Amino acid sequence: MTAGTVETTRGHPDVPPTRNAFGALRHRRLLVVVALFALLVLAALASLAVGAKPIPIDGVWDAIFSPTGTEDDIVVRSLRTPRTVLGIIVGLALGVAGALMQGHTRNPLAEPGLLGVNAGAAFLVVVGIYGLGVTSPLGYVWFAFAGAFGASVLVFALGSAGRGGPTPVTLALAGIAVTYLLSALTSALVLSDTQTLDAYRFWAVGALAGRDAAIAGQIAPFVVVGLLLAAVNAPGLNLLALGEDVARGLGQHVQLTRWTGLIAITLLAGAATAACGPISFLGLVVPHVARYFTGPDHRWLLPASGLAGGVVLLAADVIGRAVVRPGELQVGIVLALVGAPFFVALVRRTKLAQL
Amino acid sequence: MRMGRFSGVWRARMIAVTLIGAGLVVLATAANIGRGDFPISLTEVLAVLAGSGDAAQQFIVLELRLPRTLTGILVGAALGLAGAITQTIARNPLASPDILGVTEGATAAAVFVIVLGGSAGAVGGLVAGVGLPIAALVGGLGTAALVYGLAYRRGIEGYRLVLVGVGISAVALAITSWLLVIAEVNEAARAYVWFTGSLNARGWEHVVPVGISLAVLAPVALLLAFGLGALQFGDDTSRGLGLRLNRTRGALILVAVGLAAVATSSAGPILFVALVVPQICQRLVGGARPPLLASAVYGALLTVGADLIARTALGVELPVGIVTAILGAPYLLYLLGRRNRGVTA
Repeated sequence: MTAGTVETTRGHPDVPPTRNAFGALRHRRLLVVVALFALLVLAALASLAVGAKPIPIDGVWDAIFSPTGTEDDIVVRSLRTPRTVLGIIVGLALGVAGALMQGHTRNPLAEPGLLGVNAGAAFLVVVGIYGLGVTSPLGYVWFAFAGAFGASVLVFALGSAGRGGPTPVTLALAGIAVTYLLSALTSALVLSDTQTLDAYRFWAVGALAGRDAAIAGQIAPFVVVGLLLAAVNAPGLNLLALGEDVARGLGQHVQLTRWTGLIAITLLAGAATAACGPISFLGLVVPHVARYFTGPDHRWLLPASGLAGGVVLLAADVIGRAVVRPGELQVGIVLALVGAPFFVALVRRTKLAQL
Repeated sequence: MRMGRFSGVWRARMIAVTLIGAGLVVLATAANIGRGDFPISLTEVLAVLAGSGDAAQQFIVLELRLPRTLTGILVGAALGLAGAITQTIARNPLASPDILGVTEGATAAAVFVIVLGGSAGAVGGLVAGVGLPIAALVGGLGTAALVYGLAYRRGIEGYRLVLVGVGISAVALAITSWLLVIAEVNEAARAYVWFTGSLNARGWEHVVPVGISLAVLAPVALLLAFGLGALQFGDDTSRGLGLRLNRTRGALILVAVGLAAVATSSAGPILFVALVVPQICQRLVGGARPPLLASAVYGALLTVGADLIARTALGVELPVGIVTAILGAPYLLYLLGRRNRGVTA
């Protein structure tokens, strides 16, 4: 089914996939992953070089490998490197989380925020600002992470209350209900205090700027565990795509597969939101782009989607720094302004590989 | 025959649910007009409506509470109906008219007027009073037209329409957050109140456009809805059943967009109504798709009930959008849990 779908999208509906076709397909997917990795390296270099103070590539090289304490070296090492590393981690996390979410819900609109992650994070961040006067990205991290995790647990509990266990539709609806409930509480707090609104609106836009080097270190363990769980989840998710009954008939432990995926999504999306604020558009769009190249096989889709997430997030951040120099546009805004037209063009041009 | 009788039973339940909802709307309306800082008894309200009553009561009922309540009813009904149509067309319980970009476009336009109009000083008051609903309407309809135009490729396909809508909505949302970041904090607060969804200070000028749109569009939607049942089975089957697919779907989308845009321009995006009411009604009524008329009735009920609570239950007056979410979310969860228990794995 997987290979057949891909071939269909390539415009050869009548050619059955032969052994050769499978070989060519694997070859092409490998090429896609390698190309995405190369793009990620390029984007990282650009992210180190571009900014309020442009630094040539050889300057970047010197700063990393033979620093002499010049201004360029300090900019690259203490400001742009942490930011770039954080961008890669968050992009990877959101790309993989988005692909997992769309795979588990089998819904093209599913995004990592669907399980209440963003709303939970936003709510506790606002509580932190309102109740305890927290106002720095470093201070927000644990509030956001606790909120993201708490909201997801609530959604799982509500969505799987009953004998059937969690199904995609009940989870999605529980996610919507919890999201709106928490957003309403967030709005009530934000509207009752102007200072809270003032701090919150900068968090809510989603940015890589001003993030301490420590933040990447704080979220990295969660992302690593999330990525490992995602890797374990990929083959099972392929079977689930055939339908729960078929998967069960083939010996798959359906509930275990679901829970592994859901925990991975929560860890990845929660960590990303904790670090950067809500940038869920990335997790929505990137899997569609990746699926166009790899087809719906999650063993290839997940890595491709993660790498593409890193590339897109870094590219958007670089563009945000380049267009309104010496100021900058937040990465969440650039992502939507640049990413969305590209996404629309892609949707128009082709029939996207369906889930 | 047996199929016919089955569908008869099914309809009886739908009619009962709809009528109960309508009765509750009347009750909520009476309560919303009567209660407040200046309580007016039900008989006095009826007297004012009949043309008597003292001047203060007349002012409060006719100029303040009645138009506000009517705005709530009409906006809620329009959003419930628009949500039910959209979810049926997209065959997706996550779809609401926001997916077509209506509310995001309207919000971006309204926040634009609030933030940039406010900076112009004296123009601010005038623009806020007259220009805001118009800007929101233009923004909402314009965005929906853009989405529809971009998604049109030898016909409209649900999947493509929804994805294009997501993309364009994201752009509008980004513009909104950018405006909020560059705005002065007081203007940001005003914008925030608007896009939370509020019925504060809504007068007859807000009632009339929504009322006219609903009177025109709701019958059209209900007539076209005969085609919706077949749409559930997928494009090919419904074509096989003789449905003129593109025309029906195009017309229904236009109706949903029009309703959502007008509702949003009057009261701001009370998003939750369009999203959740059709789902709640589908579970109350039973059946394969959200019932249109019941969704309109319960949309009105949720909005007016929420306004009543927003005005009177707490010390401070909250925007109605906050209360619709706080009311609607637990109820959706309750229905979800109840249905889950009934389903065998």
